[in-house]
Amino acid sequence: MKERLQTLKQEALDQVNSASDQRALQDVKVYYLGKKGQITDVLKGMGKLSKEERPVVGQLANEVRDEITEAIETKQQTLEKQAIEKQLQEEAVDVTLPGKPSQIGGSHLLMSVIRDIEDLFTSMGYQVAEGPEVETDYYNFEALNLPKGHPARDMQDSFYITEELLMRTHTSPVQARTMNKHEGKGPVKIICPGKVYRRDTDDATHSHQFTQIEGLYVDENIRMSDLKGTLNVLAKHLFGEDREIRLRPSFFPFTEPSVEMDISCKVCGGDGCSVCKKTGWIEILGAGLVHPNVLEMAGFDSNKYSGFAFGMGPERIAMLKYGIEDIRHFYTNDVRFLKQFHRV
Amino acid sequence: MLVSTNWLKQYVNLDHVSVNQLAEDITKTGVEVEQVIPPLVDSEHLVVGYVKECVQHPNADKLNLCQVDVGNGEIAQIVCGATNVTEGQYVVVARPGAVLPGGFKIKKAKLRGEASEGMICSLQELGIDEKYIDEKYKDGIYVIEEEVKAGQLAAPLLNLNDHIIEFDLTPNRADCLSMIGVGYEVAAIYNQEMKTPELNLTTADEQSSDYISVEIEDEQANPYYGAWIIKDLQVKPSPLWLQNRLISAGIRPINNVVDVTNYVLLEYGQPLHAFDYERFQSNKVVTRLAKDGETIKTLDGEERTLTADQLVITNGSEAHAIAGVMGGEHSEVQEDTSTVLLEAAYFEPQTVRQSSKYHGIRSEASIRYEKGLDITRVKEAATRAAQLLAELGEGQVLGSIVEAGSTEWTNDVITFNQVEMAERIGANISLENMTSIIERLRFDYEVNGEDISVTVPPRRRDLKIKEDMVEEIARLYGYDNIPFTLPTGVMNQGGLTKRQKHLRAVHGYLQSSGLYESVTYSLTTEDKANQLVSPEVEVLNVKPVRLAMPMSDLHSHLRLSAVPELISSLQYNVARNQYNVGLYEVGSIYTQTEGEGTQPTERLRASAAITGLWENHPWQGVKKPVDFFVIKGILEGLFDYLKLNDVEFEQANLESLHPGRTAVIKLSGSVVGYVGQLHPMTQKQYDIQETYVFDLDLETILGAMDERDVYEPITKYPAIAQDLAFVVSQDLPARVLEEAIMEQGQPHLKSVRVFDVYEGEHMEEGKKSIAFNLIFQNNERTLKDEEIEEARKSIVSYLEQQYQAVLRG
Repeated sequence: MKERLQTLKQEALDQVNSASDQRALQDVKVYYLGKKGQITDVLKGMGKLSKEERPVVGQLANEVRDEITEAIETKQQTLEKQAIEKQLQEEAVDVTLPGKPSQIGGSHLLMSVIRDIEDLFTSMGYQVAEGPEVETDYYNFEALNLPKGHPARDMQDSFYITEELLMRTHTSPVQARTMNKHEGKGPVKIICPGKVYRRDTDDATHSHQFTQIEGLYVDENIRMSDLKGTLNVLAKHLFGEDREIRLRPSFFPFTEPSVEMDISCKVCGGDGCSVCKKTGWIEILGAGLVHPNVLEMAGFDSNKYSGFAFGMGPERIAMLKYGIEDIRHFYTNDVRFLKQFHRV
Repeated sequence: MLVSTNWLKQYVNLDHVSVNQLAEDITKTGVEVEQVIPPLVDSEHLVVGYVKECVQHPNADKLNLCQVDVGNGEIAQIVCGATNVTEGQYVVVARPGAVLPGGFKIKKAKLRGEASEGMICSLQELGIDEKYIDEKYKDGIYVIEEEVKAGQLAAPLLNLNDHIIEFDLTPNRADCLSMIGVGYEVAAIYNQEMKTPELNLTTADEQSSDYISVEIEDEQANPYYGAWIIKDLQVKPSPLWLQNRLISAGIRPINNVVDVTNYVLLEYGQPLHAFDYERFQSNKVVTRLAKDGETIKTLDGEERTLTADQLVITNGSEAHAIAGVMGGEHSEVQEDTSTVLLEAAYFEPQTVRQSSKYHGIRSEASIRYEKGLDITRVKEAATRAAQLLAELGEGQVLGSIVEAGSTEWTNDVITFNQVEMAERIGANISLENMTSIIERLRFDYEVNGEDISVTVPPRRRDLKIKEDMVEEIARLYGYDNIPFTLPTGVMNQGGLTKRQKHLRAVHGYLQSSGLYESVTYSLTTEDKANQLVSPEVEVLNVKPVRLAMPMSDLHSHLRLSAVPELISSLQYNVARNQYNVGLYEVGSIYTQTEGEGTQPTERLRASAAITGLWENHPWQGVKKPVDFFVIKGILEGLFDYLKLNDVEFEQANLESLHPGRTAVIKLSGSVVGYVGQLHPMTQKQYDIQETYVFDLDLETILGAMDERDVYEPITKYPAIAQDLAFVVSQDLPARVLEEAIMEQGQPHLKSVRVFDVYEGEHMEEGKKSIAFNLIFQNNERTLKDEEIEEARKSIVSYLEQQYQAVLRG
């Protein structure tokens, strides 16, 4: 019997070795180790052996069975690995083929500029105030120290609807409206973005509809130096820490003194180029100390309160920042334009 | 305003400052300089030449061979092609080395075998604009008609060496609409003396009043009118120096009389008008408001009809000028004029503005009158003009101007102090520093203790209140010298409101859903303003607001929906081969709910338009155009994102939209917008393929949003899914079944969702199969199979009864 066991073992190991797939291996397992298998068969015949021989052959039979079992398991793992490898090979893709595109949209550049400025000022304690685009003559002009017949009304030819109603020509009426709501009590700290309208023929530098964003700070003891400091923060935020600002006199009926703010030209570093019209400076926005008439008309005591205001055009800022040459790009909604700024 | 620096130097010494520095200093202290126009030619090689001999070129019919004395006894041979060159002329010669406008370099040359040392120039070749050139020199060389010497530099003679500074004047600085005003400004900047013109007029014994009387009917509109008679004038071209001045300011020289009035207008800022006295045909000037319908033919040859709010200058019967705007053709100064009636007047700005606007004339005179002149200088300007007319036209100025009205002016006095100055500016400026600046401005002032009282001269009538003086001092003190500070007031809470944050969430969602934010025009055509208006706006029964005077029909009405303009934007893209586009806009519509003429209500809406492929991945076979369910999915996602549950989509038939692919959107039972495909006819109208749109009232949606989020604990008990499929009538909306299932499935049914719809083959005609996925859950315990079974039975039997639904195996 010992010889038979040795022979079976050798046969079995050979067959395990040569099994080419899992099914063949399973057959080998059943043939030798199954309930009716060869090893089982040997064990069944053990009753015929002598008492002395029985434990010896029994032990040998167990050893043979364990050895075959182990060989089958090892083979099993090898075959599985081969199978997986085959599958992986079949599943391989050309990773250089294009992926399935996701639908992506994005923010409009003008709105991004506005939101950016809103965020800067809300972080400094300002609130965002809004007002109607169809405005009364009173709020658009009169409350801003522009009585009927004032020559400065020419500066902004308007779209009137009736004699008393027009498309607002600037976002400044929101200042007057908000101050009114505060009933003569400061501080008023607001930033007012929105669409405005003027009688201009649309071309590369004019648009009958455009946007503005204004700031207003009314409180006790507000000084020109505070305006200068605030505009400095704004300019550096928008255009970079390396930019300088300068104020120079200007005129707006609703501020006195009135100034315009320029930033140093980055293209030429101040030496003068076509961007800055050879002056080294680029005009960015208008500002000033709130005119006492405007404060008084909005119910603020101009002896107690003072304030500053500033206003700018997001179109101009975007055009300067990105070198955009035509203001109409902001209103045609050409996706080739929109796509360039969707993450701004 | 164009300011010649050569001219400006007559009033202020500017030797120490370069032109670019001057421009920058003017900009920084008061008036923005638009540009500095460099000299046309500034070359020592450009000289006056005397043509000693001029013969035909031996080898060319059309060329002349000139021997030109170019000074110091030097004779240059120059070949000249001009037809008007002849012996004995003084001409402008560009000698070798000269560079003419356009970079044209003059070199010695040989022309058809003859040496030519330079060029005899036409005015065009010297860079002078054709509009300033006298007819007789337009087609040839320029011949100097004044006394000059050969060899003399020609650039100064023709003012070619002038730097011209263009001002971008703000309306308050009307004082700088005159050379003298600019002189005062520049003198203040550099603390220099200001030299005003010297006046020494001698008049004839004869009196102007022998010829003319003046009557003002409306002193409000015309506070002062002066008339002066100048006799025995010779009308002829002005001398070069005067022509140069006018050209430098952009005014075309005409004749000495007109040129003198223009010169004084530029120098003093005071418009003057010269009437031909004979043609005026009267010995009295009457200024009055026009009669409605009265007519006048103005100098530009236009026949103009006047209205009763316009001031006219009449000879007692007929209008001879629209006051302050333009003179009449009838009494225009002509070559044969010998007696001139010189008008020096002050007209009320408002009156001139009205006439100027009404007639669409913005003349050099009207822009100055409109802003308000220095009334105290009217007579001075008239004297200056009379003196020049006497000099240049050899005329006789008759004794004293004939006047009506008054030039009296009460000066404003502004009192302020150093503390107020510091409080406004945020910088301490010493009293001496302040008074020295006031002195530089040449304002009279008094110091009383702390207070400074400044008497504002009438040339600076823009200065009225303390803040104006603060500005005057600050700008000359220098804004660069003011420190940078930030306000140090009480702390307050800033930031976005809930509504503003919610609005940003809407933007964020729509952008992440694949749409590009757009900005379209609020003003649109009448047709588009009435198109694709949502039912909840339509019921307001309002017409689009119309502009009183639109610039064009393209932008005449305020929109009631942004959708039409968004479709136009799609069309714009498609026309540029961008076929797959999804745009949205959040913006206002304008509804005049309180009736015509009232301020409209502005409501924010979110609108979108999508066309082309929504999914585009061709190599894997995915090429899916946008359809109703894509755009509906975006909206459902939006409502989900904003946590608004009570939303329904209801089949609707709306104008301009596809009747079978359109729904109104209801929030808590009220219509808040629509979604659908454009009607094929509408698509055709916009020249666009299949396009889907929505329009949504954001105000209602933002109003319905919860103030804050509510936490719901996450259950540890399992959810149980069940699928049910029914065969039902084809036209039964899925929503009806969904609602019935939801109701019958209570208390444990959490959600129902359609996962399959089938109609067609193997399906009875008029029927469809619709399959639902049901999720049951109880947050407190595990559900028992019997509970689910019970719910299922109840659902099935209810649908069988109500909708003849047959459960599929």
